[in-house]
Amino acid sequence: MKLLFGRPAGLTDINQRYCPGCGHGIVHRLIGELLVEMNIREKTIGVAPVGCSVFADEYFNCDMIQVPHGRAPAVATGIKRTRPDCMVFTYQGDGDLAAIGTAEMIHVAARNENITIIFINNAIYGMTGGQLAPTTLPGMRSTTSVKGRDVVTQGYPIKVCELLNALDGPYYLERVAVDIPRNIIKTKKAIKTAFQYQLDNKGFSLIEILSMCPTGWGVTPVQAKKWIAEVMANYYPLGELRNRAKEAK
Amino acid sequence: MAEKELMYGNHALVEGVIHAGCRFFAGYPITPQNESPEYMSIRMNEVGGVFLQTESEIAAINMLFGAAAAGARAMTSSSSPGISLMQEGLSYIAGADVPVLVVNIARGGPGLGNIAPAQSDYFQAVKSGGHGDYHTIVLAPNSVQEMFEFPRLAFELAEKYRNPALILADGLLGQMMEPVEIKGEPIDPKTLPEQDWWLTGCKGREKRVIRSYDLRPGKLEEWNWRRWEKYQKILKNEQRYEDIKIDDADILIVAYGTSARVAEAGLRIARQKGLKVGLLRPITLWPFPSDILSELSKRIEDILVVEMSLGQMIEDVKLVVEGRSKIHFIGHPGGGLPNAQEIYNKILEIRSKK
Ligand SMILES: Cc1ncc(C[n+]2csc(CCOP(=O)(O)OP(=O)(O)O)c2C)c(N)n1
Ligand code: SF4
Repeated sequence: MKLLFGRPAGLTDINQRYCPGCGHGIVHRLIGELLVEMNIREKTIGVAPVGCSVFADEYFNCDMIQVPHGRAPAVATGIKRTRPDCMVFTYQGDGDLAAIGTAEMIHVAARNENITIIFINNAIYGMTGGQLAPTTLPGMRSTTSVKGRDVVTQGYPIKVCELLNALDGPYYLERVAVDIPRNIIKTKKAIKTAFQYQLDNKGFSLIEILSMCPTGWGVTPVQAKKWIAEVMANYYPLGELRNRAKEAK
Repeated sequence: MAEKELMYGNHALVEGVIHAGCRFFAGYPITPQNESPEYMSIRMNEVGGVFLQTESEIAAINMLFGAAAAGARAMTSSSSPGISLMQEGLSYIAGADVPVLVVNIARGGPGLGNIAPAQSDYFQAVKSGGHGDYHTIVLAPNSVQEMFEFPRLAFELAEKYRNPALILADGLLGQMMEPVEIKGEPIDPKTLPEQDWWLTGCKGREKRVIRSYDLRPGKLEEWNWRRWEKYQKILKNEQRYEDIKIDDADILIVAYGTSARVAEAGLRIARQKGLKVGLLRPITLWPFPSDILSELSKRIEDILVVEMSLGQMIEDVKLVVEGRSKIHFIGHPGGGLPNAQEIYNKILEIRSKK
């Protein structure tokens, strides 16, 4: 029998524990494919966060380390400075990256550290049960904002790409989404571009990916995809915010 | 004899670190250890190592986690408040069985405290300062010579047992000058053999994972028991101490680091007056030198613990002595220093009640 569609060799055989309709699995697959297509699986070291993707250390078929909540950029810095020839990426949720890990995020970008951050923005804390995240939209319900995020008492969301775009450091910043096939293809292209820049020693990239969390949002997988297109992408506009390669031309 | 060089403790530490083949430093400024990173930034540049001034001590300890996981001898230096910030990271590092070196040039606390020399971080250092069941190997130098020598010893122990190691000193040891003898050949890090757990990219082999979690039922318990076996080995094989005039002593002082230097001066006064006083100086605070202390407590009735704290190591002394000897105490918290006369007076007082 001929295999027409299977798991890329960049992912292990372990069954992923993500909920049905979750965006994490899609992004995992894209990275898993790129590890093979770009022939970098054997030189990649990935950094898994704390969050629903904590098990990423099991899922990616490359050397992996699982680290404290929010500290992946610091760990990645230590790895990259020790093994500059390795491809180093972190995989982080919004709580991990933009709440507890804000300082590490900003400084790794300011240093233009030659690593790649894959940032899953699902506007919620998935793993701990759907609490307010730094990315939760105004008015959006969570288990700690049951009447909807009140910006008077709970403040405004953080737009990570825009925030980092204020720094001179970053080389490449792009926001994408994994709601529909066209966007998934764009996401893969963005991650590939970021990995390639790292291989070319260009410096720091962050790819922000708007990603579904049907469980945390309390909606069906189909509704979750629609919500990204209709609501989330309005607050977090998709597109390239920074690309030094293009500026140079 | 080899030539001696006059050095500051903080500079000797840096030379010791470079001598030990460490080429990765990450840290955040804090008094009273700033001379170390400042000098380190110059030396790492000279030897082609990595020097990173971080955004926080939290970032620093996590950079060490990454660097050591990738196979580097990696170290940071800080002082008490900064070491507190590192505790979560240290817990992960201990839980992932990764060797790193952390130096605490301790200062008066709690809180911002002051920048005077102190020993009030003993509990934090030896009783697992972060969460979970773990231990770090803790070395306590009491001279500039040992500030030079202990980084190498710390890396060797850390790597032998795949365990984080700490050097616990204070600003006095960091800022004083003493002659140092450069012993042994410097280590070229390129000659350190690759370990089967290093993350290097999985070329031609299975992937490797470094982690501190295991959610499978019962597995974390098993893993922790395995680590317990490692701790038992360390407790059995790595107790280090210095003893002075213990053979005929009927009063024993137990003190480490700066306190031990002052205690030794007190001991000399007492000996001049014909009093039989000995000194036991723990060099490893964990593993605590229990075996020798236990032996000594079988024949020495009075033990005087001297510490620059409200009394922390004294608890370990009591655990070992198990009531066999009377325990006396001189403590100076908040950056206060004991002095030799005070120690001698206390010895007289103990003597008079014998
Ligand atoms: C120091 C610390 N604080 C809190 C937690 C609990 N915690 C685990 S995951 C998480 C939030 C994860 O949310 P996010 O980063 O958005 O990832 P997601 O689960 O949505 O993918 C929190 C707060 C922790 N593990 N460590
Ligand atoms: S809780 Fe949300 S982010 Fe976590 S696995 Fe489920 S859908 Fe995905």
